[in-house]
Amino acid sequence: MKNQSINFIKEGIQKRRIRWILVTSILTVLACILACAMLLLGNTFYPVQDVIQALSGEQIQGVSFAVSTLRLPRMLAGLFAGFAFGAGGYIFQTLLRNPLANPNVIGITAGSSAAAVFCIVILHTSYAVVSIAAVVAGLVTVLIIYLLAKGSSFSIGRIILVGIGIQAMLNAFISYILLIGDEQDIPSAMRWLSGSLNGSQMEELPSLMITVLLFSPVLVLLGKRLNMLELGEQAATSLGVHTDKTRIALILASVCMIAIATATTGPIAFVAFLSGPIATRLAGAGFSNIIPAGLVGVNLVLASDLIGQFAFEVRFPVGIITGLLGAPYLIYLLIRMNRKGDL
Amino acid sequence: MSNRIVVKNQRNDYLPQHLTKVLVISLILLVVCIAASLAFGSRTVGWNGLIDGLFYPEVDSYDASVVRQRISRTIFSLFCGVALGVSGALMQAVTRNPIADPSILGVNTGASLFVVSGIAFFHITTANQYIWFALAGAVITAIFVFGIGSMGRGGATPLKLVLAGAATTAALSSLVMAIMIPKSSVMDQFRFWQVGSVGSASWHSISTFLPFLIIGLAAGIISASALNALALGDEVATGLGVRTGVWRLVAAFAGVLLCGATTALAGPIGFVGLLATHVIRLVLGGDQRFIIPISAVTGAIILTFSDVIGRLLGSPGELEVGVVTAFTGAPILIILAMKAKVRAL
Repeated sequence: MKNQSINFIKEGIQKRRIRWILVTSILTVLACILACAMLLLGNTFYPVQDVIQALSGEQIQGVSFAVSTLRLPRMLAGLFAGFAFGAGGYIFQTLLRNPLANPNVIGITAGSSAAAVFCIVILHTSYAVVSIAAVVAGLVTVLIIYLLAKGSSFSIGRIILVGIGIQAMLNAFISYILLIGDEQDIPSAMRWLSGSLNGSQMEELPSLMITVLLFSPVLVLLGKRLNMLELGEQAATSLGVHTDKTRIALILASVCMIAIATATTGPIAFVAFLSGPIATRLAGAGFSNIIPAGLVGVNLVLASDLIGQFAFEVRFPVGIITGLLGAPYLIYLLIRMNRKGDL
Repeated sequence: MSNRIVVKNQRNDYLPQHLTKVLVISLILLVVCIAASLAFGSRTVGWNGLIDGLFYPEVDSYDASVVRQRISRTIFSLFCGVALGVSGALMQAVTRNPIADPSILGVNTGASLFVVSGIAFFHITTANQYIWFALAGAVITAIFVFGIGSMGRGGATPLKLVLAGAATTAALSSLVMAIMIPKSSVMDQFRFWQVGSVGSASWHSISTFLPFLIIGLAAGIISASALNALALGDEVATGLGVRTGVWRLVAAFAGVLLCGATTALAGPIGFVGLLATHVIRLVLGGDQRFIIPISAVTGAIILTFSDVIGRLLGSPGELEVGVVTAFTGAPILIILAMKAKVRAL
């Protein structure tokens, strides 16, 4: 009897593991396909052969410029930023136990955007400085929200309300900067209002790529502990998790990733919010869904950018498409949470 | 009919303690703001120019004509402030929620979306047309947000309403952007409007605005004592003979009307209602018969003052008043969130 139930549990774990691996690999394959599509599609279609040659460094008339200067940075920016938003958003939602608590809603991306816009429009700094400023501003925003919302007891509602207020102020600040800035800087700064891959350049990318590559293994290692944290403070402690340290490490890592991604592409609307719930729905609960959430983010950003570029007569920036996809889901989620009385 | 009981009882109430002080202070502030709004801008006008421009139409100095140019703008910003202040007070009373404001509940953005759609698809151009589109948008959004916010257990709690408002705002602003980007021709017309500014005020827009302002104000003031009863809870209010449904509808309609009309003409301006009412409520307490009329005055002060600040900060251009009010109003939201009891959230 006992053996039977142990076998039953083992079988369940096995099943979920298979599902997790399956979903993760499908998402990876899908992301690769979309990434290739980003390189192949554009105003003019170049044969695959030419694209590969251009990527390997050969100079081909026309192809080289379009592929390595326009499409490759765009694809890489979408890829890494998508992963950063997806994984970072999932961590926030899991730590705060509420899908609404994501960097977009509580104003962290607005903090990074404000810093990035300030650096670009007023100080005219290099991309490295912009990235650092965005990260610092993101962390400071988190800290301010935490301090203001701490109160006598922890309340997710208060965090969200304070975040909405902070966000309104930061957006006002961004509008002010855009007003007093030079006219020539405005188009590049407009990106920080809706999120766009337009005009991504190779030189912007290293800090984003390094951060994502550096933090991903950390997150994978911490992922198991995140799962234990989900069981509750006491359970996690008795399983040997330093809850406070783990929480701080996770928040630091995800804020860094999200802030740098925001500094590169602008706050692409709703990716951080959508990825977590979609990943959990696909891969099931039980295993850490940080990686699947990151992959969902990649797929969302790349697919939305392709839709934005080619589905309509006009080219829409990626943030508009993700906004149109994400907003109804946000409302649906809100309705469901209200019905269940989770709020 | 039986409303009379309530009214009679309330007439015997003492007046709020600091009422005279508040009235005197706010009237002084109002005059100062009006003077500042006439005097400051990309060209600052001295005292003499101000007096000449206002009271001596025969004087033809440069300063005097600058002042005359600013009269319509000042009146318009006063009117918008009145409308937004009262609208905020009404929405707070109807939803029994201290954190209600047209911008937080997303009503502004709903009005925006309809005006943008009107500009893009129906080629509307005049203030008269804007106003009807904005009103339709405001009403539909208000119903939608309140519908979502009051689902589930506990009805419309502040947090649920604010979240519904924030989600709806996010959803609608993506739509606004999506409509705007392909239509570069209307983008300019729209951009002018979208930022929330009283800079484009004209006598024409003031006269378009006036009927809506009067109807909204009247409805708001009439419903004040019923709102007082509503604050005691629906059961008590019904017991006192107040027809809760009717009055809630009247007050809500007045609030949405005022905010929609303002949004149509000035663009979305946020947080004025929140600022206007909370200062008063701290001093005067919760009686709607005083909150509603006085928040009209404070709303006018706040909006006019913010407009002056925006002109000074943005000089030689100007910073739109919506940006200034967001910056000063959002801290109130944060303070309210900090002070609120966890259960109330």
